[in-house]
Amino acid sequence: MNEAERLVELIPRLRRYARALVGDRAAADDLVQDTLERAWAKLHLYRRGTDLRAWLFTVMHNVHVNKVRATRATDTLEDEMPELAQRASQGDALMVRDLDRSISRLPAEQRSVLLLVTLEDMSYEEVARTLGIPIGTVMSRLSRAREKLRAMMLGVSASAKLKLVK
Amino acid sequence: MSDEPQITDSELQAYADGRLGEERSRAVEAWLAARPDDAERVASYRRLGEELRRAYDPVLDEPLPDWLGGTRAPRPRWHRFARVAGWVALGIVVGAPAGWELRDARQAAASRGDLGVVMAHRAAVAHAVYSPEVRHPVEVGADQEAHLVAWLSKRLGTQLRAPKLEAVGYSLVGGRLLPGENGPVAHFMYQCNQGTRVTLYVRTDMTGNRETAFRYAREGNVGVFYWVDSKIGYAVSSADISKEVLLSVANAAYQQLNPP
Repeated sequence: MNEAERLVELIPRLRRYARALVGDRAAADDLVQDTLERAWAKLHLYRRGTDLRAWLFTVMHNVHVNKVRATRATDTLEDEMPELAQRASQGDALMVRDLDRSISRLPAEQRSVLLLVTLEDMSYEEVARTLGIPIGTVMSRLSRAREKLRAMMLGVSASAKLKLVK
Repeated sequence: MSDEPQITDSELQAYADGRLGEERSRAVEAWLAARPDDAERVASYRRLGEELRRAYDPVLDEPLPDWLGGTRAPRPRWHRFARVAGWVALGIVVGAPAGWELRDARQAAASRGDLGVVMAHRAAVAHAVYSPEVRHPVEVGADQEAHLVAWLSKRLGTQLRAPKLEAVGYSLVGGRLLPGENGPVAHFMYQCNQGTRVTLYVRTDMTGNRETAFRYAREGNVGVFYWVDSKIGYAVSSADISKEVLLSVANAAYQQLNPP
């Protein structure tokens, strides 16, 4: 099987990761398509025998980062929004429990680490290589992502429980 | 507490992911046994993983949209490309990084005589010129297929074939004769039910080219898969479908034109 065929085989996995990463279906498929276009143009840079999946997810990561950077103005706004929305909806367990929403509230760099570990079942070394960050950073982002999500999912009940304990 | 083994947060994460060695896992388990809150925290990490997989794994089985090889999705691709200043049709690619690469590659290829790349370029140009045609997309229609193939074969001096692409959703519209660099070129046009078009460019003067691999090139918004079989060069182009779909079309053509 050549690289192009293996690349095509990886498309469903790219889509799964993209969906979780950006939430919106159309935006996710947009990201996948841009990633594939880029990957195709760059396929000659891929070194045979190395991990094609990691290479492809690196391409997707870079495309995503560039996209986010391109829409920095709106992104800054969005960064502010979750805080407000979260506070306003803390009593609404359904809202807080919504996985999509919770994930979208994670800082982007924590989100990608958590998703690569959880959905792609990548080793921490693979995640570090894919995202181009030190493994210690992978671990701290993973930990922070999980703690943040846990707090969001538990919502008010967690803080209430904390007070009741003891 | 001091006589207990130290467990780092990283180890807790790795334990939750099942990525900790057996020995350290036992240490973590012993450590957690005395700490119900931390045990619950680790359990929640695992539940979170399960929930994530349950929520997103179904995406793996979703049919791919048209541009990724599945059913058609309403996606105004042209608008996207039109937004990008400098993406010019006819293969005159300016500005887009990928375009620069291809143009550079083409110049480099031309200088070392890589006819495949040159052919891919010309095929993309031909596609961009003829595929938007509504009234005159071809000179000879598919209703006269036998005549079309005989005529083009005679002009190119080689027995040609118009591959059957119905299996991948494309039927023959017809074909035309084009001027190539050194002689005539055959140009077949196919169309799918949604109206997207794919063209097959065939030239028979690829002498001296030893490149036979299946390759992909992109010119502006036109994608091209091309290959060379001894002196015959083939290029399958489209501007409206994804590389994956185009690949399946090109593969179908390849299988018929180059039977093993």
